Amino acid sequence: MTSPSTVTDTAAGGGMPPLLSLRGVNKSFGAVHVLQEVDFDAFPGQVTALVGDNGAGKSTLIKGIAGIYGFDSGSYSFDGHDVTVTSPKQANALGIEVVYQDLALCDNLDIVHNLFLGREITKHGRLDEATMERRAKETLAGLSVRTVKSIRQQVASLSGGQRQTVAIARSVLWNSKVVILDEPTAALGVAQTEQVLKLVRRLADNGLAVVLISHNLNDVFEVADSISVLYLGRMAAQVRAGEVNRNQVVELITGGRSGDLGLGPADALATSPGQRPDPTGPLGANVEAS
Amino acid sequence: MTTTLAPEEIETGTQPTIRDAVNDYLSRVRGGDVGALPAVLGLVALTIVFAALRPTTFTNAFNFANLIHQSAALIVIAMGLVFVLLLGEIDLSAGYAAGTGAAVMGIVLTRQGQPWYLAVLAGLATGAVIGACIGLLVSRLGIPSFVVTLAAFLGLQGVLLQLIGEGGTISLRDKTLLALNNNNLPVWGGWVLFVVVVAGYAAVTFSRATSRRKGGLHADATEIILAKVAVLAVLLGAATFFLSRERSRNAAVSSIKGVPEVVLLLLVLLVGLNFLLGRTSFGRHVYAVGGNAEAARRAGINVPRVRLICFVMCSTLAAVGGFLLASYDNSVSPTTGGSDTLLYAVGAAVIGGTSLFGGKGKVMDAVLGGLVIAVIINGMGLLNQPSAVVYMVTGIVLLVAASVDAISRRRAAATGRV
Repeated sequence: MTSPSTVTDTAAGGGMPPLLSLRGVNKSFGAVHVLQEVDFDAFPGQVTALVGDNGAGKSTLIKGIAGIYGFDSGSYSFDGHDVTVTSPKQANALGIEVVYQDLALCDNLDIVHNLFLGREITKHGRLDEATMERRAKETLAGLSVRTVKSIRQQVASLSGGQRQTVAIARSVLWNSKVVILDEPTAALGVAQTEQVLKLVRRLADNGLAVVLISHNLNDVFEVADSISVLYLGRMAAQVRAGEVNRNQVVELITGGRSGDLGLGPADALATSPGQRPDPTGPLGANVEAS
Repeated sequence: MTTTLAPEEIETGTQPTIRDAVNDYLSRVRGGDVGALPAVLGLVALTIVFAALRPTTFTNAFNFANLIHQSAALIVIAMGLVFVLLLGEIDLSAGYAAGTGAAVMGIVLTRQGQPWYLAVLAGLATGAVIGACIGLLVSRLGIPSFVVTLAAFLGLQGVLLQLIGEGGTISLRDKTLLALNNNNLPVWGGWVLFVVVVAGYAAVTFSRATSRRKGGLHADATEIILAKVAVLAVLLGAATFFLSRERSRNAAVSSIKGVPEVVLLLLVLLVGLNFLLGRTSFGRHVYAVGGNAEAARRAGINVPRVRLICFVMCSTLAAVGGFLLASYDNSVSPTTGGSDTLLYAVGAAVIGGTSLFGGKGKVMDAVLGGLVIAVIINGMGLLNQPSAVVYMVTGIVLLVAASVDAISRRRAAATGRV
């Protein structure tokens, strides 16, 4: 996209090539055009915050990345190669892991079982509990997790922050390269939020590309390196966190533009909040604005 | 990663003492994780009550062996139900699946004149097909299992009647099948079985603890394992000794002694199914689907497939239970597996500690719960209580078991255990 307001990718990535890159992605559910020509990049070693109001298309975007459903059109490239991702297994094989908001943990199983759920290590057809337990312990230690008493306790007995930690640990257990976190701090208290954000930062410092979805701009500015703002199904801006302030981001979220940043004036007008853009109209408008 | 972890911050290879283990167990029970405790206590209490009321008839070796024969079919059907209950589903048709499996077995055996193993295979296949139909309807179409299996309960009742004919019976004359739930192992065979079971249990637990300790992981203390093995040896040894005594009323005419052959079948099923649920990926997936189906799906587990397999397991094991019923009765009739069989089997699983809410339970629950139910039926019979009273007492016991399940679940939620 060559929209004047969109900061170029290398600028957002600080000079590095993106690990995960979407170009001109579209997704419709029936007549509702949820994502329109969305460009999105995630860089290794960085936290990319994905923000936007309810209904902006954040969940649709990450579900498409995770392969829960395919995008209708547009290119999806990973580590420089064009890939097709239409199932969660394919995304996992690439090294893309998603930590969903509702965590997706089994309360009746312990931490080790949850970490390896669906990908148990077996030896001669038997579960290799010892290896799994050792690797679980190493992973938690590698993330500097200190708050878990025993990794053999049931997940039901953990606090919200600990559960989030287990869910995040599960996502990094498999040499993953991209970790997508859907509102990891939504239900947490102050101390636990801090703990999880530190963990998020450590993931990026370990070289992972982290995508953080959040409504909380405090969190975003605390850990994010770059911020991508979705507005009514379109990528309003992808900017370095250090180059914008909170007000600009709020304007981008609520109106799709802020000064020079964001969608062109025609787009911002064409897509007044509360009204879904017509599938055909705004695309044309977008081209004009370019 | 620059920060490393101090060893004491996550529980590592510390070896707990017996006191730790006891404290841990007590805190688990207080936290609502009662496991098999109610069933064991119930079994002990019922045995004491009936032994006190009928000191000669209830406790003699003949009745003890009879108890095993009576409960065997119930236990096997309940083992199958554990799989379905673990998913949080129910199979109301297991009783008539048992009857239908037995009827097909009987027909292949008598009317077709085939050998017993082909008849057994046909019966097992019947169970598997019934389970596959139910499983597909539940997992693919998404019909609640209660409704599907209620329909199967009615339908299979008709199938059974059709197969056998109104008022008819198929009598079994095959020696192998009759032996299944009537004959006993020789006395030495019982003792060999005893030694194999105790030694096998000891070997498995010790080798697991050793390999865990070698890997620097938490393992049960040697004293605890020794205590467990000792308790098992004493209980099984006492049972084997008791069953090895002459229990024929007229030993000169025919001698009856030894461990019933059906115990061997029950042990094989118990060990095999326990391994399947506890030590394989499939078993782990069953618990995961029962605990949180959505989480299991997102973890890449094929949830419909797990559901399907569990229903197939349930109906196939029910067919095995049907063979045991037929063997015990020496015949198959339109009421085989009917009336209270299913409810007793569900009751057995729940009394043993399998949760009706899914995600919690073991194959052993079926054995313990089955014994509790059999003791009630047997003991009430010896007390010459009318069926009305037996039904009422069994109903109350089932309600108590379900209440224990619900209450322990609530306590578990409050203390963060599920």
